[in-house]
Amino acid sequence: MSIDLKTIKHISKLSRISVDEQKAEKLADDLNSIFKFIEKLNELKTDNVVPLTSVAETTLKLRSDEIKSEDIRKQILKNSPQDNEDYFVVPKVIE
Amino acid sequence: MSDITKQSLSELVKNIKDKKLSSEEVTKAFINRSEKSKELNAYITEDYSSALEKAKKFDQKPNLELKLPGIPMAVKDLFCTDSIRTTAGSKILNNFVPTYESTVTQNIWNEGAILLGKLNCDEFAMGSSNETSFFGNVQNPIDKNLVPGGSSGGSASAVAGQLTPITIGTDTGGSIRQPASFTGTVGLKPTYGSCSRYGIVAFASSLDQAGPMAQNVKDCALLQEVISTYDPKDSTSIDFKRNEYSKELSKNIKGKKIGIPKEYRVDGMPQEIEELWQKGIQYAKDCGAEIVDISLPHTSYALPTYYIVAPAEASSNLARYDGVKYGFRAKGENLTDMYEKTRSEGFGAEVQRRIMIGTYVLSSGYYDAYYLKAQKVRKLIKNDFDEAYKKVDAILTPSTPSSAFKIGEKKDDPVSMYLNDIFTVPVNLAGLPGISIPAGHDAKGYPLGLQIIGKAFDEQNILNIAYAMEEKINFKNKITDWWIK
Repeated sequence: MSIDLKTIKHISKLSRISVDEQKAEKLADDLNSIFKFIEKLNELKTDNVVPLTSVAETTLKLRSDEIKSEDIRKQILKNSPQDNEDYFVVPKVIE
Repeated sequence: MSDITKQSLSELVKNIKDKKLSSEEVTKAFINRSEKSKELNAYITEDYSSALEKAKKFDQKPNLELKLPGIPMAVKDLFCTDSIRTTAGSKILNNFVPTYESTVTQNIWNEGAILLGKLNCDEFAMGSSNETSFFGNVQNPIDKNLVPGGSSGGSASAVAGQLTPITIGTDTGGSIRQPASFTGTVGLKPTYGSCSRYGIVAFASSLDQAGPMAQNVKDCALLQEVISTYDPKDSTSIDFKRNEYSKELSKNIKGKKIGIPKEYRVDGMPQEIEELWQKGIQYAKDCGAEIVDISLPHTSYALPTYYIVAPAEASSNLARYDGVKYGFRAKGENLTDMYEKTRSEGFGAEVQRRIMIGTYVLSSGYYDAYYLKAQKVRKLIKNDFDEAYKKVDAILTPSTPSSAFKIGEKKDDPVSMYLNDIFTVPVNLAGLPGISIPAGHDAKGYPLGLQIIGKAFDEQNILNIAYAMEEKINFKNKITDWWIK
């Protein structure tokens, strides 16, 4: 299996990372060598293996639904690249 | 005392408790040395003036009951520190100032320690050489041309170079143990769920763990005791009985069964690594341990598994960096264009590569073939350890397949860079604790480490084995202070 430029463009769109032609070619080379290395897993038969999703063998704990934080609006907005009153500002979405 | 920075954490704690040293003297000494050590590039952010203030304040009313009384300490820049810039080694977080504190660092300050600054690391902890950092590579105090390892490269360099008496790193696939091995220091990756992940910039959430990095095993045990707490703010934090690791530290490991996995004898491994391993086996025997040959048959599948699981989780975790709520934002013609440019300009090449791999293996049509397959193989890898631990109490392996390599040597070949973590990655996949201790030098005089892997929650046992072996090994790090200005 090989990853072509079309696939790179597709992944770059899904990842929301813009990629120019030059970068796409480099990425295709890198990803192909990495996936060649990953293909080794196909040597193993795993039909009856239960996938491991977490090494912590406990069930997630439930907690009571209580408000613990004070008004942290200012803190949340503190690092925003652009804000207006109580809102984050982004480029215009609706015409 | 002119040799303050040469003292171990345990010595410093004792001297402060005995009132032979003040926190201010100790803090000043480490600040002075850090300022003369800029060439190492170990720090991203310095916080010296407020460190001095805190030290003076501590001395006015010293609480000597604390475990880290007035001890200055720099930490990896992956831990969020309230009001102190936290970058994760990335341009995208270059201007990020957290408004909250990570649980692990809070635990450290609660025991009286004082923040010196934030230490360099690979971008988002993705790397094995500290060369992916937006803030430049870090030099290894052992030799100017060597990488310190990664991703906790700044942390390893700072401990080995005595810029901080002790530090914390994070380990997703070997990021504490590999740099410890490359710099002749001790690094512990605790059991998954032992140290809270709250406030640590996330890379791969099912693998990430914080842990101590130190000059010796005793210091490492003391810091582990401080940072390991149950934390409801981390849903995968595990509520188990934690030891007072430093108090319960013992060199008596008589009769402990230590497994030697034959699969760790990999193709192309240098002879000196094999010799180091044999020496380690002999040291363990000399300490009274019993050596048992074991098999971990799926070892060679660990790295390919890791390079599916870790990027998959990373692609999901790093989706939050969109230029909207915090961090770097690039100008864009519309919202999508802004997202795409922000992430393209804000992330470095390795991070972009891993996000792409992760996105691909999780994408429609490939999920079963890659991600699900990797989760199944991960189960087989964990089963290997479970089987082995029916026969042994711990496992002894080399920490890395080679000593530290040269800056730039592996930068353009991702796969050869990834192979560095061949002995450390299986431990993360299985969620186990592992410690790297310095055990010798190669022909070039560079340090080499041995790794002791334990059962889940059995940190005390591997710390004890490391403590016993450390005495027999009697390792001396070759630090010449070449970088001091």
